Amino acid sequence: MQNNAVQYIYNPENLDQSDPLYTNINNLKSHEMVINIGPQHPSTHGVLRLEVVMDGEIVTNVIPHMGYLHRCFEKHAENLPYPQIIPFVDRLDYLAAMNSEHIYAMGVEKMLGISEEISTRTEYIRVLVAELNRLSSHFLGIGAYAMDMGSFTPFLWLMRDREHINRMLEWVSGARMLYNYIWIGGLYYDLPVGFEERCKEFTVYLKPKLTELKQLVVDNKIFINRTANIGVLPLDLAINSGVTGPMLRASGLRFDLRKVDAYSVYPKLDFDIPIGEGKMGQLGDCWDRTFVRIEECWQSIRIIEQCIEQLTNDHKRTRSFNPQASIPKKIRPPKVDFYFRGESPKGELGFFFRHNSNFDIPYRCKVRAPSFCNLSVLPAISKNIMLADLIAILGSIDIVMGEVDR
Amino acid sequence: MTFEEIQQLLQSEFNNLTLEVSNQESQAQINVPAQSMIEIIGFLKSNKSTFFDLLSCITGIDNGKEAGNIDIIYHLYSIPFEHALIIKTSIQRGTPPEHPPSIDSISAIYQSANWHEREIFDFFGVIFNHHPDLRRILLPNDWQGYPLRKDYKEQEYYRGIKVDNNFTSETNN
Repeated sequence: MQNNAVQYIYNPENLDQSDPLYTNINNLKSHEMVINIGPQHPSTHGVLRLEVVMDGEIVTNVIPHMGYLHRCFEKHAENLPYPQIIPFVDRLDYLAAMNSEHIYAMGVEKMLGISEEISTRTEYIRVLVAELNRLSSHFLGIGAYAMDMGSFTPFLWLMRDREHINRMLEWVSGARMLYNYIWIGGLYYDLPVGFEERCKEFTVYLKPKLTELKQLVVDNKIFINRTANIGVLPLDLAINSGVTGPMLRASGLRFDLRKVDAYSVYPKLDFDIPIGEGKMGQLGDCWDRTFVRIEECWQSIRIIEQCIEQLTNDHKRTRSFNPQASIPKKIRPPKVDFYFRGESPKGELGFFFRHNSNFDIPYRCKVRAPSFCNLSVLPAISKNIMLADLIAILGSIDIVMGEVDR
Repeated sequence: MTFEEIQQLLQSEFNNLTLEVSNQESQAQINVPAQSMIEIIGFLKSNKSTFFDLLSCITGIDNGKEAGNIDIIYHLYSIPFEHALIIKTSIQRGTPPEHPPSIDSISAIYQSANWHEREIFDFFGVIFNHHPDLRRILLPNDWQGYPLRKDYKEQEYYRGIKVDNNFTSETNN
């Protein structure tokens, strides 16, 4: 202990900023000022730092600074076997770990060429838990956003409903948020006995709550006044900036990878893709984005109901069902580059692998994080707005810093 | 369009270039020389029959000292036509920060490239020419070295704090 007792050597140079301002303060006009929001600020939804150049109350430029939650995922992944990367994948988008796991596991299975061997029951269970987690992710997104917009009740109500999902997923996997449940080639366990019934009860419970939520949030006059016509994201800018997920759909494009790529059992399921319609203001404003998220919750419930239907009839629980049956004992992918993408609650989540060794460790594993790309459009749509509206726009993007910073 | 059709279209448009195809066993890639990459991507985006409007991802890969190059892989997707294309280009590895590798930026064509290219600069030290704002994005501005290069060594001290990822053995001492 003595030899490394000195943790920190004092040096005045160490007190310089490690992430200096982008704006040169000497070039500011006399009526402009720079305001720093974050990284410790509740309305930046994590450790995001915004450097805002202001002219009075008007925002003239926003420069996001990030990296405060960088945990070297890609560097770690270069030293880990594929199955051991799954817990790291959980921690990217920690609000929707099941979705990330599902996409990651499918990507590796496709690369190994074993995706045909996965049993249909396994796939239905995967989609079921992923959609439950999509609900919980949207609940936090909507709830935190409503709180940003000044209403406290929706957040508490949504936390109450999200708690049901967290407990159910804890029942399935043993963890509340970071599951490590979906494995490459299968699942950790089958669903616990009684889960299907509990899930059915939950959907019955949830539907009136969602109606309530719609009345409380998107039909609320205060909320409409606060979000309609704010942060309008035109469709061409959205596509050009790589924006995907609910944000892109709110701009009016019916683009959902669950339908477009038709992976897993999604082609067998019946669900719609809600898009923004500009009902309360312009197409692609903050209100539309919240509206799309709430509508997506309804679609997730529809998917959950169909999965339960399948899991209790055609693909019933049997004694012989082994969720770990097709888990490969040795993972030896071919020496290829492989990119796989799927629809996470935030947008297009992609995994890129390059494999060129005879071991089960990827040479390179890159994540295409939806929050990262969605956040990159923030400076473009927050010019010449009020500071309070900047918070409205940032909240409506629904970022998770774990995924932005990786 | 299928991959072959796009490949033929590119070959007829850029007939003075040799466009090799690699990685055919899973997802075929078109290998493009670095100096004409920006032209080709611009053509693919503006051409009415290809119209790649979404740039999904840019990946940098360091192939190590023996190979001596860095691969940059562009994943393009066309929302109306529902076809995808992977463009690969290789550049010399260089020794940043003194002799950094460099390639043209495509952030004028795709805005999404802006942050992806900053990320590659951050992790590999690749300079993107004509990039509007090439700063580190995830690491601190004064970090030394480029962590995803295969010959990366951690700096010993960062602002007086010992950078040490082997702390388990030290606490046992």
